[in-house]
Amino acid sequence: MIQVGTDRVKRGMAEMQKGGVIMDVINAEQAKIAEAAGAVAVMALEKVPSDIRKAGGVARMADPRIVEEVMDAVTIPVMAKARIGHIVEARVLESIGVDYIDESEVLTPADEEFHLLKSDFIVPFVCGCRDLGEATRRIGEGASMLRTKGEPGTGNIVEAVRHIRKVNAQVRRVVGMSVDELMTEAKNLGAPFELLLEIKRLGRLPVVNFAAGGVATPADAALMMELGADGVFVGSGIFKSENPEKFARAIVEATTHYRDYKLIAEISKELGTPMKGIDIATLDVSERMQERGW
Amino acid sequence: MTKIGVLALQGAVREHICQIESLDCEAIAVKTIEDLNCLDGLILPGGESTTMRKLLDRYHLLEPIQTLAQQGIPMFGTCAGLILLAKEITGLKIHHLGLMDVIVERNSFGRQKDSFEVELPIPSIGNDIPAVFIRAPHIVSVGDNVEILATYEKRIVLAKDGQFLGCSFHPELTKDVRVLQYFIDMVNDFTKTSLTKINTK
Repeated sequence: MIQVGTDRVKRGMAEMQKGGVIMDVINAEQAKIAEAAGAVAVMALEKVPSDIRKAGGVARMADPRIVEEVMDAVTIPVMAKARIGHIVEARVLESIGVDYIDESEVLTPADEEFHLLKSDFIVPFVCGCRDLGEATRRIGEGASMLRTKGEPGTGNIVEAVRHIRKVNAQVRRVVGMSVDELMTEAKNLGAPFELLLEIKRLGRLPVVNFAAGGVATPADAALMMELGADGVFVGSGIFKSENPEKFARAIVEATTHYRDYKLIAEISKELGTPMKGIDIATLDVSERMQERGW
Repeated sequence: MTKIGVLALQGAVREHICQIESLDCEAIAVKTIEDLNCLDGLILPGGESTTMRKLLDRYHLLEPIQTLAQQGIPMFGTCAGLILLAKEITGLKIHHLGLMDVIVERNSFGRQKDSFEVELPIPSIGNDIPAVFIRAPHIVSVGDNVEILATYEKRIVLAKDGQFLGCSFHPELTKDVRVLQYFIDMVNDFTKTSLTKINTK
């Protein structure tokens, strides 16, 4: 019997992306540059996070026409963002056939209490997380892929480092615990107990976990891989840099060969100016996208 | 111990390595030319074929893998790996490794929402083989010497061209190791034959 939208099919799609770079694009032309540079997928949106930050106001799902334009332009998978808890935006994106939906804190949340029941959809979802509790709650709702949040649109890697370290440290802790300690750990983390059992059994998260939110240079991307990310999302870092084509290629190469430091040195030479960064300390808590999601 | 390489530029590398090790073979993650030394067989995993091709070019791996093929080393491509192996790709002027005498079409079952899993009967391997199709390609047509091992809805999804095995789906995403075992038998047969050749010389 043929089955669509199973966990294996949805999570499997993310497995195929491992070791790769997913790039934010706002039109067909950028999508083609990303594909030519070796991106494993593109995220189609109306504005990259740093412009969303500048523009202020309410950030919503992209115009479906932009998403379709990007889908027509490339053969690699196309992802798109829906607001947290916005059932209809997600259904709309599913209906036009995007390959993955990001229920994303980069957009203004539509629901400040509940996330989407992602297991209800055929299309797979990726969600942001800052710790293992958040990660497992999203998996519990049906996310097929995770990304640590970092702080989008800042070009500052510090939050991305904090979040990937935290998630992986908590995974290691769970793996090292005895089963009789896991219920209390589940309570402390706000995590579904069954998922902690699964993490202990597997010795890792049951879904792919990419890093996101602040990657601006090839060395940043390699750092995320060194800290145990399965791959990297780059938002504003590519098309807000001086030379997007070169940056995109260099970030892909640094992600594949993240321990080849001579190579990273080589590809980092004369890349031009990366995106201008923001010191997180200058951002008010209300300006931090990572605080969105519950 | 039989040594099976897995091209590790991007994609479902870990899953193949786990399956290889579960069959008591040694798995080698292949990232550079040096990693290709002393392999008995090579697996080209699922992932994004466009991305993998870019990286194969950048690290000059295309020719060394073709040379390995000329030595008769068995190779197995799953999904994107099948696209890398194929001599011809529908809608593209170029091929990648161009080793296996088949024409493949990319994303031919549709986008991710059309991805599916199903159990396939594969006469030369076994019944009820779980097959996960993710934005999968299929084999449109095959050369004279290619053996068609499985079809799904009249599309060729598993075929063997001498030393090359290619499939549309992802056996590595399941716990069923029969397809991999079939490939490892190919590898062991080749190793035995080449040893006999050396001994008779």
